Amino acid sequence: MIRFLFKGLLRDRNRSLLPILVVTAGVTLTVFLHCYITGILGDMIEFSAKYTSGHVKIMTRAYAENKNQVPNDLALLEVNDLISNLQKDYPTMEFVQRINFGGLLDSPDENGETKKQGIVAGIAVDLISENSKEIDRINIRKSLRKGRLPEEPNEVLISDEFADKLEVEPGGTVTLITSTMYGGMSIQNFTIAGTIEFGVQMMDRSGMIADISGIQNAMDMNNVCGEILGFLDSPNYDDIKAMNVENTFNDKYSDPNDEFSPVMTRLKNDSIMSGYFDYVDSFVGIIVTVFILAMSIVLWNTGLIGGLRRYGEVGVRLAIGEEKGHIYRSMIYEAILIGIVGSFLGTLVGLGFSYWLQEAGINVGDIMKNSKMMMPSVFRAHITTPAYYIGFIPGLFSVTLGTMLSGIGIYKRKTAQLFKELET
Amino acid sequence: MKRLAIILFLIPTIIWAQEPTGKEILEKIDKNMASKSTISTSKMLIHGARQTRTIEAKSWGMGDEKSFTEYLAPAREKGTKMLKLEDKLWIYSPGSDRTIQISGHMLKQSLMGSDLSYEDMMDNVKLLEDYDAGVIGSEIVNERDCWIVELQAKTAEVNYQIRKVWVDKVRYIPLKEELYAKSGKLLKRMELFDITKIGNRWYPKKIVFKDMLKKGDGTEFIIDEIEFDKEIPEYIFTKAALRK
Repeated sequence: MIRFLFKGLLRDRNRSLLPILVVTAGVTLTVFLHCYITGILGDMIEFSAKYTSGHVKIMTRAYAENKNQVPNDLALLEVNDLISNLQKDYPTMEFVQRINFGGLLDSPDENGETKKQGIVAGIAVDLISENSKEIDRINIRKSLRKGRLPEEPNEVLISDEFADKLEVEPGGTVTLITSTMYGGMSIQNFTIAGTIEFGVQMMDRSGMIADISGIQNAMDMNNVCGEILGFLDSPNYDDIKAMNVENTFNDKYSDPNDEFSPVMTRLKNDSIMSGYFDYVDSFVGIIVTVFILAMSIVLWNTGLIGGLRRYGEVGVRLAIGEEKGHIYRSMIYEAILIGIVGSFLGTLVGLGFSYWLQEAGINVGDIMKNSKMMMPSVFRAHITTPAYYIGFIPGLFSVTLGTMLSGIGIYKRKTAQLFKELET
Repeated sequence: MKRLAIILFLIPTIIWAQEPTGKEILEKIDKNMASKSTISTSKMLIHGARQTRTIEAKSWGMGDEKSFTEYLAPAREKGTKMLKLEDKLWIYSPGSDRTIQISGHMLKQSLMGSDLSYEDMMDNVKLLEDYDAGVIGSEIVNERDCWIVELQAKTAEVNYQIRKVWVDKVRYIPLKEELYAKSGKLLKRMELFDITKIGNRWYPKKIVFKDMLKKGDGTEFIIDEIEFDKEIPEYIFTKAALRK
């Protein structure tokens, strides 16, 4: 039966070509849209991971409890040893040190007295080590407005707006007034290497990026850091991999009875990101569902039109004595076959486009150059497991349902009127 | 019978007359503790969540308005100087060779990681001017009978809207103080120990501060030496002295 129907599809192209093309096009769009939206929202998550959360993040238990207050007095100690152990345990991952800090940034006048002063919110990353990927990871090269990137531990970047407020230019000196990790007062001079635009209002008002070794020195945090961020080797966040790393790390290194023992949390469990993950899941779900519904109506219509176009054929088949039920079933089988073939082809083409966009990406750097946003400059699609089957929902079910609906008409036709209908 | 009735009537009046008002207690505290000038060497033992740090300092003070502190140890803090003139505060850091005025939100930050803030150190509050004081009871503190004086802020500008002070009934020195937010939440506790007679005044040689919102076991402030009413050269209370 299937072979018979399949031959019918190939040999009677007038009957099958259009439905298959429509199903293929609809499924292609569905698969591509799913991958594209998942990719863009995933890029946003990835950007956040690179900037603040990592795929996994290690803190002390006490720091994790109060992390919104950035309690550097509860920071991780002996981090160089910990990171070298981590590199042995998870050789495909990369681990980096980060320190978030706050305080006052003070610009002096010609007499060394305070000229301007403002509250600063800073992040310390490895900017100057030879093998560091941090500059590219947090995309600061693109955000540079004046000057250059830091080359020495005592060089920093501050937001362009903040530099204007403090009346300092690249090459000028500012003094960071903050606390050491032991609570002592820390007053340290830094040279402004350049200014950047973060694209985030709070950071543009008072943001600073410094090399981690300079801040470790200023805050008496030698071999100490607030957070260690870990990045998986895959380009996109993989929650299952991250969960495995989280579980094995916590089993090996974390002691629930010691508030200063390290504890790892994965990106999805991060308090801020967990909400975003839920949002992304719902958002992708809503968009894809709406699109699938729209495509379903189109493909349903295709099924209906297909059924109506074959009104004459059905009449002849009835006239020569074929059973109504047999005709109805054969039309449904045909629709299923068209749905499967169309969905298969559509999924294949959709995945092809998505794969291309996943690998090549769309560079929005030129379009976004005036937006001054610290955001990904290349948007990519992301092929996920649902992409392999999501197209079959509109492709297969809608065509079949459309055919089933239009096919009901078969049962309403009266044999006595068939010849009259055929004559006309 | 009539005589007994008069005696019974007079007893509470006599007792009432013996209890000073909140204002009188504060005035007596001031009389006991205030001095024209002080020169002291002290140390702060800061019991943090991870370790205890000791910071040594020498201070010169002129009334409530002027003070100058030079930190002597540990090595990282050595040479740091602090100048307070009325409601202004400057810090000099030898490492950066900068004199920085501490203002605004920084005044609320911890002083050298202790349980005190810069604002607490400035302590420009005039208790009698900024608070309504009333005696709300008495209690034994460190085996001393104390009045409990409650201070309610007259304005919203002061840092602590409610203060409770336990004052020694004989020596008129506070033995304990609790500082509250407007909501009634306890923010800081201060306990005074080693009350010593120095000249004609009673003075605490050890004060324990506890920031109730902070981890750790508080900060001990220990006065090693203190001299009252000594002449202090005026140049000490200038910004130029910070760089010397």
